[in-house]
Amino acid sequence: MTPKTEEELAQMIAGANGPLRIKGGGTRPIGHCEGDELSTSAMSGISLYEPGALTIVAGAGTPIAEVEKTLAAENQRLAFEPTDHRALLGTKGTPTLGGMAAANVSGPRRISVGACRDFMLGVRFVDGAGNIIKNGGRVMKNVTGYDLVKLLTGSYGTLGVLTEISLKVLPNVETTGTLRLHGLTDRQAIEALSSALGSPFEATAAAHTPKGPSGDPVTMLRIEGFEASVKYRADRLKDLLKAYGEVEVTIGDGDEWTAVRDVTGFADKDGDVWRISTKPSDAPGLVAKMEASAVQYDWGGGLIWALTDAGRDLRAALGDFDGHATLVRGSADVPTFQPEAPALAAITSGLRAKFDPRGILNSGIMG
Amino acid sequence: MEMPVPDASVLSRKAQIVERLEEILPRNSVISDERETRAYECDALTAYKCPPLCAVLPANTKEVADVLRVCQELGVPVVPRGSGTSLAGGALPTADCVILGVAKMNDVIETNYDDRYIRVQTGRTNLSVTGAVETNGFFYAPDPSSQLACAIAGNIAMNSGGAHCLKYGVTTNNLMGVTMVLMDGTIVEIGGAHLDAGGLDILGVICGSEGQLGVVTEATLRILHKPEGARPVLMGYDSSEVAGQVVTDIIKAGILPVAIEFMDRPCIEATEAFAKAGYPMCEALLIVEVEGSNDEIDAQLKLIMEIAASHNPVELREAKDAEEAGRIWLGRKSAFGAMGQINDYMCLDGTIPVSSLPFVLKRIGEMSKEFGLDVGNVFHAGDGNMHPLILFDANKPGDLELCEDFGAEILKLCVEVGGCLTGEHGVGIEKRDLMNVQYDPADLEAQMAIKDIFDPAWLLNAAKVFPLASSEARRAA
Repeated sequence: MTPKTEEELAQMIAGANGPLRIKGGGTRPIGHCEGDELSTSAMSGISLYEPGALTIVAGAGTPIAEVEKTLAAENQRLAFEPTDHRALLGTKGTPTLGGMAAANVSGPRRISVGACRDFMLGVRFVDGAGNIIKNGGRVMKNVTGYDLVKLLTGSYGTLGVLTEISLKVLPNVETTGTLRLHGLTDRQAIEALSSALGSPFEATAAAHTPKGPSGDPVTMLRIEGFEASVKYRADRLKDLLKAYGEVEVTIGDGDEWTAVRDVTGFADKDGDVWRISTKPSDAPGLVAKMEASAVQYDWGGGLIWALTDAGRDLRAALGDFDGHATLVRGSADVPTFQPEAPALAAITSGLRAKFDPRGILNSGIMG
Repeated sequence: MEMPVPDASVLSRKAQIVERLEEILPRNSVISDERETRAYECDALTAYKCPPLCAVLPANTKEVADVLRVCQELGVPVVPRGSGTSLAGGALPTADCVILGVAKMNDVIETNYDDRYIRVQTGRTNLSVTGAVETNGFFYAPDPSSQLACAIAGNIAMNSGGAHCLKYGVTTNNLMGVTMVLMDGTIVEIGGAHLDAGGLDILGVICGSEGQLGVVTEATLRILHKPEGARPVLMGYDSSEVAGQVVTDIIKAGILPVAIEFMDRPCIEATEAFAKAGYPMCEALLIVEVEGSNDEIDAQLKLIMEIAASHNPVELREAKDAEEAGRIWLGRKSAFGAMGQINDYMCLDGTIPVSSLPFVLKRIGEMSKEFGLDVGNVFHAGDGNMHPLILFDANKPGDLELCEDFGAEILKLCVEVGGCLTGEHGVGIEKRDLMNVQYDPADLEAQMAIKDIFDPAWLLNAAKVFPLASSEARRAA
């Protein structure tokens, strides 16, 4: 099913006899789910773009690439740099705004500017009973009523099918500087990244790979802005981090961060891929428990990507910790999302039952 | 302003209810004397007052849970209260309610500079969160103008903003986790020292839910290192259109100031008479502030000054030092006080797309004549969050109602041009009955369905946010 309008979609959902599997571009098949395919691809197109107000509104089926191209023409961008999962998950197709929002997809810059959810200004969606609902709007500050925009973002289609999305955008930057440290242990690396992120020099990304391209550990920081500013802050950070060794600085377009964003290091390797959000200083200790074949730290250590043997329940190895683990790619027979504590789980299931009384929307994905 | 008729059965059981609360709480935690409950009769929307049945001041999460469990059991409505600085009537009591104040809960539980967060009890004031970390060079970014007094609990309830949210975001963007107590006494932990939700973003819907879903007792907040420095420039223009264009051009040039503030002529005149900040007399004044090292600030201000100069300013003034910066901010910071010197005022906070600014200001000017009430505009121009201050005389019969009607027309206009009723103050009772202007019944139903999950009996702050007619069936059930 490929509805062309919101009304058509509402009728299809209201009239559905069984479960529906909602599809944006089909590039992020995270979790298992059954049902008839319902594609948002025909609800596509940018309906409003005001560069001076830093806002864009588009249909959920709009390709991210189309949005990014439109923004680039005005020297603006989606600042949370959504991950392109195609290489990692071995998918083809066109990533859409709806899929991005439904999975709250954010890249390395999440640590400084916020996540996809922080840039979501408004949504229109159809719930599981076929009601057309809007929330938020197209202005940057809006506390009118409950924030369903955040609730829908990252709900993986389980509360409703997004039809339209308004986003805050930000200016592009003139220059990107990348700082590299070599040979650090995980713990040293996270310490170094924390001291940079806790400085006034505004790193916009902070990552560490225990096995970089040459097989040795590489720790990376990104600074962005006007050229003189980037050079100044690179110097100050070099100074701040000198206890950790020689800091190598590259000034350029920042292409090296695409590989961090898309976790391409795991793309052609067998095994399950887990994504763990945690307190940065806990991250090295968690990694030590993982027995992973490869890891990549992002968000200053707050995000761990782990490649593990197929079929292993990583959560059993981690035990209780501050954060959550999601099985992004894999064969392990475990819930895709971190099971919630009973009181929170009760709220979650209550919300799902309200918004999708028949349990037909992407059922199975979030348990 | 209509409020639900108090539940007579609750009123008649006051003695019994107070006794139960006194049993479960330490001494001096329950206030039931009518002379003392008066202290809780209103918040910063002082036009509306109603003393509560009683007020309780629990000291920790467990005591909050005990209070809520007992109130649920006895069928008593509860209105949570931070510091009572809401401009929207968010903490306005009903005669049959227990006010649950978080004022005693103001401890810092943990500070962690490596992981950049602080965990506090939510009665702590906004400014004292920064106060707890500033010796280490850190700060908590959201900065509502009431930050000296307002509590984190209220900031979370209203998703409060501030002058610097163009760069740093509002409360929801800086809130990492909470401990919340549901109306039935259940304690829920949501989020923590990590980023983003592992499942549904429940934290996202709690922030800004105006104390209707639960009572947040502890919060984990993101802290940031202070910038090396900050400096403003001031510019004056002959028309708001031109000033609006300057804002757009600055943003389009790729500069993201931390604050862009706007004042119109009535506001400039009032603040000059009051604070004598040396502002130029013109139609529109902008204060633009940028951050960074000295050189970085110079470089950004040079670009901003070039843009400003290309639009024929009547005044263009760069702060060379802290004293000049202070003088530029002086007028803006005293704007509300200055307007208050002239008369009583009502402050709205509708938000509009920046592009509609000149049209909306023109219409507000026309409406000011139609209603015969003066209005000054001061607002966060970078994000379109307006603050029209409507002057009225509270002692003149009918003036408050006239002012409210005028305010409602302004908010309808905000929605018409693609904006919203409230950008940072919240709905409360003030904008409750205008919600139908922005939302269809299905939109409101979806929001009310969320309250059904958290508070099925609709006992928590139930007469707020939703038009009384829309929520009536649920409240009566």
